Amino acid sequence: MTERSFPGYDVLDKRDTPSWNDATRSAIDARLAVPREPRFFSSDEFATLEAVCDRILPQPADRQDPVPLAAYVDAKIFSGQLDGYRFDKLPPQGEAWKIGLAALDHEARDRHNARFRDLSRADRDNILREMQQGRLEGDHWQGMPLKLFFMKRVVHDVTDAYYGHPTAWSEIGFGGPASPRGYVRMDKNRRDPWEAAEGKPGQEERALVENKHVV
Amino acid sequence: MSSDPFERPRAANGRAPDVFKTGGWIPMRQHRDVDEVDFAIVGTGAGGGTLAARLAEKGFSVVAFDAGPYFRPLEDFASDETAQEKLYWNDPRVVQGADPIVMGGKNSGKTVGGSMVHFAMVSLRFRPEWFKARSTLGYGADWPIGWEEMWRYYDQVERDLSISGPITYPWGPPRPRYPYRPHPMNAAAEVLARGCEAMGMKWTPTPLATVSAPRGEAHPCVYRGFCRFGCSTNAKQSTLNTYIPRAIRAGAEIRDLAMVGRIETDAGDRATGVHYHRDGQWRFQKARNVIVAGYAVESPRLLLNSATDRHRDGLANSSGLVGKNLMTQPNQAVYGKSKDEIRWNKGPPSLAITEHWNYDDEKDFHGGYCWMGQGPLPIEWAKTMTTSRGIWGDELRLAMQDYNYQVGVKMVGECLPSENNRVELADQKDRYGLPVAKITFGWSENDKALIRHALDQMEMSMEAAGVTDLFRQEEDANHLGGTVKMGDDRRSSVLDADCRSWDVPNLFVCDGSVFPTVGGVNPSLTIQAIALRTADRIEQLAAHGDL
Repeated sequence: MTERSFPGYDVLDKRDTPSWNDATRSAIDARLAVPREPRFFSSDEFATLEAVCDRILPQPADRQDPVPLAAYVDAKIFSGQLDGYRFDKLPPQGEAWKIGLAALDHEARDRHNARFRDLSRADRDNILREMQQGRLEGDHWQGMPLKLFFMKRVVHDVTDAYYGHPTAWSEIGFGGPASPRGYVRMDKNRRDPWEAAEGKPGQEERALVENKHVV
Repeated sequence: MSSDPFERPRAANGRAPDVFKTGGWIPMRQHRDVDEVDFAIVGTGAGGGTLAARLAEKGFSVVAFDAGPYFRPLEDFASDETAQEKLYWNDPRVVQGADPIVMGGKNSGKTVGGSMVHFAMVSLRFRPEWFKARSTLGYGADWPIGWEEMWRYYDQVERDLSISGPITYPWGPPRPRYPYRPHPMNAAAEVLARGCEAMGMKWTPTPLATVSAPRGEAHPCVYRGFCRFGCSTNAKQSTLNTYIPRAIRAGAEIRDLAMVGRIETDAGDRATGVHYHRDGQWRFQKARNVIVAGYAVESPRLLLNSATDRHRDGLANSSGLVGKNLMTQPNQAVYGKSKDEIRWNKGPPSLAITEHWNYDDEKDFHGGYCWMGQGPLPIEWAKTMTTSRGIWGDELRLAMQDYNYQVGVKMVGECLPSENNRVELADQKDRYGLPVAKITFGWSENDKALIRHALDQMEMSMEAAGVTDLFRQEEDANHLGGTVKMGDDRRSSVLDADCRSWDVPNLFVCDGSVFPTVGGVNPSLTIQAIALRTADRIEQLAAHGDL
């Protein structure tokens, strides 16, 4: 697979257009202002959390302002934002995360005599993949079902944070907020001028120009 | 921006929010707690909101409670998946069983107007035979209501909501023309149509509760595609901007941020009012009759939490069936990639539908299903990819970049009732000190056969439409039903045909939990039709002194 590109497209350019209402502006402003320091996790746990987020959704190395994924996970738990359900086999979200992060460090120590955050990407991925497949064992997991914890807690929270962020919307060419203007062109292969233009091979220049006018 | 709708109730001081105007108000009649009102209604969604309007219009005094806030869509609704989670019932609930039900946006609401505020607007009638599923189709249970009568109430609710739909609907007995013209199809709907045509199946533009032309103070739909996160332009005809304003105009009072925790009963078998939490304290509203309309989890929870020495197993529960027979509709999907740019986030998500397998009985399992177009927004799409394909990391980030090319169809199917699937009380308490719901669910063998059939059929249709890189979303469910079922016999049901408790004659339940079977279509139109019927029946009962 190769990366698609939407050259020059930034969904935030539409902030002051009819595609954003006041409620949207205030919601996104608050999201972009998320505190970067942990309020729920200890700074030690937070460092492990960052090392997890970095593998669940690796961001391009040249990205100037990466989405602060760990900060969103922390903020969600700190503010008491719940999902509306809890699997009976999993502890409440904050407790589950704390057990999981400590257990990941435990695994890293057993295998590599290092903290999880200090492992190579490949070593971190190996441990995470084994968690996904339910192949890790030990009292340090405190009986948490690994597959459930991995997919319904770890991946769930991190992807929610990433794809709720304007940077991710720009990356996938999503139009983003759309109220009150909405859309006019509904047919295939038609874009409204305020939607992302894709820089398909040979069309990068045109897309760049079009994406400067998504207003 | 005006006041925070979560901070303190908006419906107070003789006025309620005008949902059509930023910062606007409309006058509202109010009652004192000590006034014995004719009806205390718990919940203001498809069941409770509709009933509040009709009962008030018939001259009854009504107070309707909702645990959630009272929003004005124009000022309170962002175009954003995360921010709009404020519309859901996100309080603690425990889920368990072989196939635990993920609760939240697809099956709950906590706002004046209920989950209709964020529903996908799909407005379908039941197949007539489903009202007698046991006697005509050999499965599930019979409803105590006949389809001809329901057909008349469907007519009424379709007019009340100005449903936009096709001139002729391809399945079932004739129905009147939909009040408003159908919406134009988006690219995702065209793919559904192509797939159906290739398989020799009928399809149609979906009857939707969002207006295709102006209606009163509502502008036509602008196709912004955030329908399932609240309509910020009021094109959607939800309870919030249809029956609730009607209710208030007719003299009903709405109480927002008012959580009902218990129904009070006298020494005998009559309800006397409801205990509710509002403005930081518990209060008691006297009422001659109580109607519970909190949907298939909160309604049984309230009945169970209202147990007394006389009603030890919960109120209205001599049958032992309160909380039992929980059903959730299978909501599996098949997704893939188109060579064309689809941009499925534009427009209502389900602009085209096929009900083929609801009306074709050449199947080796019970029940039916429909499938419809889809347009998941990025967070939901990422969740679909991670849970269905198990991908994360670079693989996920790259796959997500095909967003504008993705297309798919999703089923709404029939789940059969089983007493093993249930809502009970957990040991855990919520912020009001009330035991939370514990929800147990697992698909039956019949459910699994229906899901397999649907996935095969949907996949064939997508292949036939030229969609590639197909994958199945095997794990998903949505609308609920069954936990306070109606019936003809007090031993095998909780309510009679009028949604009235067999045990407590001045207690009614009116929402999706009364469904003895859920059918293979989205339930809101049927819930509202039942609410309209219940209001008429209550009027008749009152006239005969039977209330």
